[in-house]
Amino acid sequence: MSEDVPEAIELLPPSEPVHLLDPDGTYHEDPDHPLDLDDGQLRELYRLMVVTRKVDREAINLQRQGQLGVYASCMGQEAAQVGSAYALTAADWIFPSYRELGAALVREVDAVGLLQLYRGTWLSDHDPYVHNFGLMSIPIGTQALHATGFAMGARFEDNPLVTMVYFGDGGTSEGDPHEAMTFAGVFKAPVIFFVQNNQYAISVPLKRQTAAPTLAHKAVGYGLPGYRCDGNDVLATYAVTRKAVERARSGEGPAFIEALTYRMEAHTTSDDPTRYRSKEELEEAAKTDPIARMRNYLTQRDLYDDTFENEVDEQAKDTATTVRAGIYDAPHGDPMELFEHVYRDPSGYFEEQRERLRAELAGGEG
Amino acid sequence: MAVTLAQAINAALADAMEADDRVLMFGEDVGRLGGVFRVTDGLQARFGEQRCFDTPLAESGIVGTAIGLAMYGWRPIAEMQFDGFTYPAFEQIVSHLAKMPNRSRGTVKLPVTIRIPYGGGIGAVEHHSESPEAYWAHTAGLKVMTPGTPEDGYSMMRAAIADDDPVIFMEPKRRYWMKSEAELPVETEPPRQAVVRREGTDATLVCYGPMVRTALEAAEAADDEGWSLEVLDLRSLAPLDTAALIDSVERTGRVIVIHEAAMTLGLGAEVAARIQERAFYHLESPVLRVTGFDTPYPPAKLEEYWLPDVDRILDAVERSLRY
Repeated sequence: MSEDVPEAIELLPPSEPVHLLDPDGTYHEDPDHPLDLDDGQLRELYRLMVVTRKVDREAINLQRQGQLGVYASCMGQEAAQVGSAYALTAADWIFPSYRELGAALVREVDAVGLLQLYRGTWLSDHDPYVHNFGLMSIPIGTQALHATGFAMGARFEDNPLVTMVYFGDGGTSEGDPHEAMTFAGVFKAPVIFFVQNNQYAISVPLKRQTAAPTLAHKAVGYGLPGYRCDGNDVLATYAVTRKAVERARSGEGPAFIEALTYRMEAHTTSDDPTRYRSKEELEEAAKTDPIARMRNYLTQRDLYDDTFENEVDEQAKDTATTVRAGIYDAPHGDPMELFEHVYRDPSGYFEEQRERLRAELAGGEG
Repeated sequence: MAVTLAQAINAALADAMEADDRVLMFGEDVGRLGGVFRVTDGLQARFGEQRCFDTPLAESGIVGTAIGLAMYGWRPIAEMQFDGFTYPAFEQIVSHLAKMPNRSRGTVKLPVTIRIPYGGGIGAVEHHSESPEAYWAHTAGLKVMTPGTPEDGYSMMRAAIADDDPVIFMEPKRRYWMKSEAELPVETEPPRQAVVRREGTDATLVCYGPMVRTALEAAEAADDEGWSLEVLDLRSLAPLDTAALIDSVERTGRVIVIHEAAMTLGLGAEVAARIQERAFYHLESPVLRVTGFDTPYPPAKLEEYWLPDVDRILDAVERSLRY
């Protein structure tokens, strides 16, 4: 092997995922993952998780009330998303799947716009270049290649940005993330493959996705280090991601992070999880809740008091109210927009179809 | 000086890369080797390993990273080595390349050109002779072009690279060595215009890509029978130049559509449908199709029985004239 090829042992994931916070909030120092967060940032992480959960719950309610067609909840995964997204700079790009409300809120992407996909108004409603946050991608794992190409493109002109792509445990079985890791490794693209292992791909449990010792082991075959963290521990997730991001930014190449978490809600609002998992399992998972854990930690650090609690609750409520107002009875899409963005210079035949619809709509009014 | 189709496309790639340093060329074996058909010959030596580079052997990876590179601001040209190997990239092409600009309400621009050598007639093994153009033409958001002459090879390739919409550029591989006395650079008609390659009055041969030369040979041979055949080269398969089709039908009243791709739901079906929609009363006989059969592409020793040729075209012309 040539000298710039790492030894496999350097890439192997640790036997235990990085874990800094116990469920009761006890903090364990880890010299490999020192915390560089001040008090304000620690509170910010908590605030973002609470707001995420509140908006997520609001979205489920909106679906129940017929305002959204479907919704894919991220409940239980707030630490994995907020911790990882918080480790990036604003110039770094995020390529989400369709469950990344938490990461989107870190980037201040308007949740009302994000939910238009689920409302069926349009397929997206945010400009990716404003927040450096890609469009939600539904075909599983396909966005890993976009993140990789984007990172290659940045590296080609020495732009120090890093990209991060989110996918799930199910996504590690698809081909595209593997092709993406192959490309990323070969081109040393500064991309972080962030897998939220939430234990289920709709109903199919992890053991049906892989026989690998852990998902992070998959990275080794592509020359990427495989990291693991407790994905319900926002500090561990942040610290592990931070390290991988800085490594990528300094030119050492891509990395893979497996964040161990649990999807507390159904796959989407169309799903019935009682058919494939027990109440007992859910109760067990609830004990590792990421938000309670961070609250316990902040309390121990004297960073959590009534004033802060009220402030966070108010903000969560306000955001949820804004989302509700923005979605509730919002107009349906404009049918004429169907023709708007398909081609930059549409053909005559295409224009005739546009005119046919316009005429139908005009007829309907008369 | 005589120039082949392969050389003309190569010159177009080089000139586009010279004119715009955001243009990248990548794929399997396109770097040091210069492509298995040498279409990218010399590009890496001239523009460096960052502008023209070899990728891992993974077609979905090639197209998917092209999308990411385009989102970043590059103008990627991605080569699929052969028609039959585009299928691993099908999802990236159909679900993202074609749809992302629309999904993004136009905020994401994907000026990506996918080059695909296609078609048979070179005695190749399985998967190396297919004509998958209908898949792309059926997909909203894609433009599909295919040159039938070296001049178009140059000019249409320049247009494809300059286009801000994604373009599937289908290269008729058995015509790579076809020569012309073209002076490069050359600018031919805009790609979306069909072009009359030969004027005629009795019937129109509608063709594209590898079948342009075959159709011209058939029209030549038909002269001996006293039949005057028009040859219309579509050039762009999406969008289709409906007006040019109607124009020609109004002149000749008879149409034979020719392509290598299998008959059912091939481009010929769309051409026939548009003609009967818009020129029904100008038709003297039904629109006929001379195409590959509805079978998988045959092994090399049998491809002559499968591919449309002059005799098969003339037979269809005769049926049309005697209708």
